Amino acid sequence: MKNNRRAFIKLAAVAAAGLAVAPKAMASSGGHSPVKANPKGLHAKQWAMVIDSTKLHSEEEIAKLADSCHKIHNVPELTGKKEVKWLWSDIYPHTFPEQENPHLAEEVHHRHYPLLCNHCEHPSCVRVCPTKATFKRPDGIVAMDYHRCIGCRYCMAACPYGSRSFNWGEPRKNLDLANLNPKFPTRMRGVVEKCNFCVERLAVGDMPACVEASEGAIVFGDLYDPESPVRKVLRERFTLRRKPAAGTEPCVYYVI
Amino acid sequence: MHYGFPIIAGLVIFIGLLCAPFALGTGKTYKQPEVKLPAGEKECIESVEFMREQHMVLLDQWRDWALRDGKRIYTNHNGKEFVISLQNTCMKCHTNKAEFCDKCHTDAGVSPYCWDCHTQPEGLK
Repeated sequence: MKNNRRAFIKLAAVAAAGLAVAPKAMASSGGHSPVKANPKGLHAKQWAMVIDSTKLHSEEEIAKLADSCHKIHNVPELTGKKEVKWLWSDIYPHTFPEQENPHLAEEVHHRHYPLLCNHCEHPSCVRVCPTKATFKRPDGIVAMDYHRCIGCRYCMAACPYGSRSFNWGEPRKNLDLANLNPKFPTRMRGVVEKCNFCVERLAVGDMPACVEASEGAIVFGDLYDPESPVRKVLRERFTLRRKPAAGTEPCVYYVI
Repeated sequence: MHYGFPIIAGLVIFIGLLCAPFALGTGKTYKQPEVKLPAGEKECIESVEFMREQHMVLLDQWRDWALRDGKRIYTNHNGKEFVISLQNTCMKCHTNKAEFCDKCHTDAGVSPYCWDCHTQPEGLK
């Protein structure tokens, strides 16, 4: 009797240990994951951008960037309240409303600043999205899954930077169908869209389109790598971020 | 019986209509749609049976892997690697949406909304 109980408890302990280990052992031995990231792709802990507004400040220069971005991503050309924009420009008081003073250098006050999604570290759009259509990737990019977007526009209300656009109509009606980029999808009616930091280009080892088109005025890199070009500029130059009081920790920095 | 004739007549018409599809369909055999397979390529990313039964599941997994997990290389059961992309991988071989996708989808009465966003290989008009 005594012996039996002892044997039972021993056996039970072994079985419990086995149960704890088994799922992991089976997972690691059996199923191989059929997917992996492109080895040529670029990786970071948190992608960030520094825009040198001393080098890039006229409306035409910024329109050129917007053009290259919008072409690559098949963004429809619309004006007025229904406009769809990934990259656009505005003046100082609209860009940095909390950081204005009445005697600001005139040149800085009237300069145009390129604006885009800030890919915040604490994105409010992600917090409010009811379907998780907008989400933060491990590399810090705030991405959108258009398949899941139900067009509720909570994210637009939550974004302090107005970086999101809603497709009120069929976007294809306002696209030059003969000159579409066949490698990138268009969007459908009723979804919100925005800049994606060129996720699809980073995945194959290319820099974002606007960074390439800016000819050195925009620096792109990992915010958490002290050796990255972004951190080098941040160490050397004075920079501002948009609406810091919103607490979203934007990752687009402006050299003033 | 009050109104006996109209009731019986109505019932006969009703049952006739109810059975009409079965009556009209007997004797006919179902013919699978003939899809146009890619000319240059012999093998798809997985076996024919797998693609026939599971392509929708695979595409669903693909979109999550690529978009949400950032993993854009798929290794098939034979160890061959493919870039995960409906528009840039699948449609590079299946260059005719009308002759390949649509035929079966129309036959099965399903209308996937892939093409609301993705560009078909023929381009948009």
